[in-house]
Amino acid sequence: MTNGLICVLDYGSGNVRSVYNVLKHLGHNVMVSGEEKVIKNASHIILPGVGSFGTAMKKMKENLPMQCLENEVVGKGKPFLGICVGMQVLADKGYEFEESEGLGWISGSVRKLRSGDLSLPHVGWNDFLVETPDPIFNSLKEHRDFYYVHSFCFDACHEESVLARADYGEKFAAVVSKDNIYGFQFHPEKSQRAGQLLLNNFVMQK
Amino acid sequence: MKKNRLIPVVLLRNGWIVQSKGFSSYQNLGNPIASVKRLSEWASDEIIYLDISTDDKYDLRRDDQGYKNRDNFLDIIRDVSDVTFMPITVGGKIRSLSDIEIRLYSGADKVCLNTMAIEDIKLVESAVREFGSQCIIISIDAKEGPNGHKVFSHGGKRETKFEPHELATIAENSGVGEILINSIDRDGQGTGYDIQLLQQITNSVSIPVIGCGGVSEWHHFSDAFEQAGVDAVAAANIFHYVDQSVFLAKKYLFDNGVNVRKPDLIKL
Repeated sequence: MTNGLICVLDYGSGNVRSVYNVLKHLGHNVMVSGEEKVIKNASHIILPGVGSFGTAMKKMKENLPMQCLENEVVGKGKPFLGICVGMQVLADKGYEFEESEGLGWISGSVRKLRSGDLSLPHVGWNDFLVETPDPIFNSLKEHRDFYYVHSFCFDACHEESVLARADYGEKFAAVVSKDNIYGFQFHPEKSQRAGQLLLNNFVMQK
Repeated sequence: MKKNRLIPVVLLRNGWIVQSKGFSSYQNLGNPIASVKRLSEWASDEIIYLDISTDDKYDLRRDDQGYKNRDNFLDIIRDVSDVTFMPITVGGKIRSLSDIEIRLYSGADKVCLNTMAIEDIKLVESAVREFGSQCIIISIDAKEGPNGHKVFSHGGKRETKFEPHELATIAENSGVGEILINSIDRDGQGTGYDIQLLQQITNSVSIPVIGCGGVSEWHHFSDAFEQAGVDAVAAANIFHYVDQSVFLAKKYLFDNGVNVRKPDLIKL
């Protein structure tokens, strides 16, 4: 539990409300905002995401103070979590519809999942295998399935950026991280017990 | 590995949860907000809400259980999504892209289209482009006649020209994410799924198929997975009658080696 403020970034993307609801339910101090002063005051920042890479980046640039966000996250090292497309935009580049520039906070690119015979999007409950132990997985025991909805995945340039991989026709990054920055490909806000545990672990990050 | 799902269906009629039999007789089962708490505590994989009201009057007269009175389906969905942390699908009375948009805005993750798929498949294609495949489920209501299964529209009242597998294929080609196949004959009968009907669909499409209609015993669920190869099983009535129903059903499946999430009871 933290007394700090969690800022859920509001940039005109979907499911902001469900991320807010679950954090509130967990007893955290949370605000939905895209304002500079809230981002500066927050102890933790979460970027939810539904939609395509290019659209998410475009909406972020239109609605968020990008320089301030970069100062807080990359400059000052404030804990940051990107969810689904919010994770994918951490990469340098994305190839959904057309090539788009990402935030470039974790080196890599985003491409279509090679699911073989399995249909896309990958929708439903799936588990992952932890490759690099990290406090974000603390207390994760028997209930470890998460809810995924995506067709694209994060190819990290550096192996050590991938903390866990899931399997859907191929192994892909389920959790990425670099320093204070985390990304979840699944939706913790829709993943009941397991998702709430990981969100609480994120909020414990200093 | 991706898991098979167990999905409670909640039928809402004028703001109340109802039990349905043969798509025609309905019995009142109570308040949707009280029920969603139970379905969450039993760790359902998703919930499907279907609005089967006959007109647009919603009446939650009983105010004695400490839950708000809601007279509008969208308000109910909003309340439900505030207290549950799993995917929600919403269906019933969706005729336009703005109908879809307002449901997603109210907290739904996916929508379930029925009559639209029969009457205007171009509109379904537009919905897929606008909101993504993952967001659009087509539900097919089927009934067996002298010439095999036929698709029915308008809440099971009108027979169409389609055989279920034809409509399923059209839906898949239009880019929809999943098919929910429901047997009108089995609705409320408790005699198990219409396995032949489910097979007809799973054999003709490669997108996930959700089977519905006829469950009264836990082994009916594993029958559908094992004999028809569905991706998910859905049921309505049984989940409202038995305490810890979802948990017990999942435990049965898990113990019998079906690839489902480990059963869980969550304290809310």
